[in-house]
Amino acid sequence: MADTMQTTTTTTPRQAETNPVTRFFRATEVDTRLLGMIAALLIIWVGFHILTDGLFLTPRNLWNLTVQTSSVAVMATGMVLVIVTRNIDLSVGSILGFTGMIMGVMQAQILPELLGFGHPAIWALALLSGLAVGAMVGTLHGVIIAFLGVPSFIVTLGGLLVWRGATWFVTSGQTVAPMDPTFRLMGGGTSGSIGAGWSWVLGLAACAALIAAIVNARRQRKRFAFPRKPVWAEYVIGAIGCLTVLGVVLVANSYYWPTAIARRYAEANSIAWPEGGLLISHGIAVPVLIAIGVGIVMTFIATRLRFGRYVFAIGGNPEAAELAGIKTRWVTVRIFALMGMLAAIAAAISTARLNAATNAQGELDELYTIAAAVIGGTSLSGGMGTIAGAMLGALVMQSLQSGMVLLGIDTPLQRIVVGAVLVLAVWLDTVYRARAK
Amino acid sequence: MTDQPTPLVEMKNISIAFGGIHAVEDASIDLYPGEVVALLGHNGAGKSTLIKILSGAYRRDAGDILINGEPAEIKNPRDAKHYGIETIYQTLAVADNVDAAANLYLGRELQTPWGTLDDVAMEANAREVMGRLNPNFKRFKEPVKALSGGQRQSVAIARAILFDARILIMDEPTAALGPQETAQVGDLIKQLKREGIGIFLISHDIHDVFDLADRVFVMKNGQVVGHARTQDVTKDEVLGMIILGKCPPGATPGPGAMVAA
Repeated sequence: MADTMQTTTTTTPRQAETNPVTRFFRATEVDTRLLGMIAALLIIWVGFHILTDGLFLTPRNLWNLTVQTSSVAVMATGMVLVIVTRNIDLSVGSILGFTGMIMGVMQAQILPELLGFGHPAIWALALLSGLAVGAMVGTLHGVIIAFLGVPSFIVTLGGLLVWRGATWFVTSGQTVAPMDPTFRLMGGGTSGSIGAGWSWVLGLAACAALIAAIVNARRQRKRFAFPRKPVWAEYVIGAIGCLTVLGVVLVANSYYWPTAIARRYAEANSIAWPEGGLLISHGIAVPVLIAIGVGIVMTFIATRLRFGRYVFAIGGNPEAAELAGIKTRWVTVRIFALMGMLAAIAAAISTARLNAATNAQGELDELYTIAAAVIGGTSLSGGMGTIAGAMLGALVMQSLQSGMVLLGIDTPLQRIVVGAVLVLAVWLDTVYRARAK
Repeated sequence: MTDQPTPLVEMKNISIAFGGIHAVEDASIDLYPGEVVALLGHNGAGKSTLIKILSGAYRRDAGDILINGEPAEIKNPRDAKHYGIETIYQTLAVADNVDAAANLYLGRELQTPWGTLDDVAMEANAREVMGRLNPNFKRFKEPVKALSGGQRQSVAIARAILFDARILIMDEPTAALGPQETAQVGDLIKQLKREGIGIFLISHDIHDVFDLADRVFVMKNGQVVGHARTQDVTKDEVLGMIILGKCPPGATPGPGAMVAA
């Protein structure tokens, strides 16, 4: 970069007085809250790793962890927008169950009859019908909240019961299975992963995109002669970002297919069985890619579009937003419609993973979703929250759960721990915010 | 000034009631270009309610609003903005959690050709406008919550002038400010006046506005007591209008004036 010399920062006089750590954070403009969460996550990981005698930080466990997180992580991105506008959605678990059942029935019963069994479009049509139903359910909630003035807590509490009951009525309580083979790719597993080669391609593409974004942001600020971060800070952020991405790819690629499946694959493709066993990498799982994709799209919506700006403005001061001429009611409707669609995406992941649509699918997920968003720094008093934080929050929750499973802790105790951690996390956040002021 | 042909704003015989209580009854006020009109009265006299009808926050039950002599339909804040009416509220209606540029453009964001927010361009304009209003303002990246009362007020005012307001409504513009910041706002009002913008100042404290205003309207119990040019009346006389509803000789009485016994 040629502009190394002209780097300026707004806080030069103040910087001189502070210690190097503070200076580092100020220069890199890193969200210290997010950093704290990553630190907490690492502590949890290392702690479980020690407690389980080295079972936690293995490619296999980490790979499974990301797959298990993806469904709640997808919903948590939408829950951020809901909570930012001072609303709540208690119905996402039931919407997940309902849309999952719709998608299950579509691909296992209705579409095969119409198009013939094994038709290649079945998975897409089933998914689209689920998304449409999710969006409609969300829109209905949003309209009741925004235009009829019923508090979101009540509307979605009603939705929690209504859509769970509706799930039962779709098949009179019967479980629907199996799912379409293509649809099942969304659930992960050996075939639902993209393999080593594509994982590296995607990882490198992500690095390139990250660097391009940094360079572009810098060029924009230079064009308008705004203060810029020091160049070393840009390098540090770029390097950490790329290393993280490549590290994730490396871990995903170090988890190999189970021997039995690899042997069957070798036989089917008449590959000679090598001495040390056939090592086929899983690579990144499809549900994880879906979750990351959703995260990127939602971050884009929240930070780069008018809609996202309005969501945060409404959360900060609903009256000011209304007076500024924002159609706050329509924004609310759109938020809930989006939330419904995200619940349907989560439903696709979880039905595909389970290879069945059941009545109880997504039960309690609303609470995990809300907890993930709140642990991720979304303030229940509105106006604050990040998509990335909520997804990290989902990962923290899932890490705790799967760590406790590895430790052989009983389910009741798991719930006690997760509940206590939720309260503890929010208390720590309150303390942090009070001090940050 | 009052003999100019068309007033910028004319509100005629406006009434509004909230559940049987007449907040404003048969009130008429007007405003000419480049004029500062103070709207005075006790808390609850109806002055804020009257002006919120103009800014679109409330809808009138009866009466007419004329902008430049033409009847205007103002049903919501968006309509008011179409007529170039900008309001700076007593409560400093800013979204606390977003930065100054986002507040300046709230509801009218600049977009890139791809439909995304053009934050850089918005920040550039924000820096320019704020530089004109308040050269000391440097905190563009922080949420408005972190700013002082005066800085927030300058954000609110910048927001109004950024969109070429022709009619500016300021509800208790200096209530939340210290003496120095109050003086700043006073200078700002004079500058806006020179640019031909009509300004309504709303206050319950006559000392805040008497020296800035060209004319005063006084309200009491939802009715207009009367109006006067500031050069024709004294502060004490205006005080008498506010407290007793007594109209001095230099003022034109309205429907709310105390009938001499």
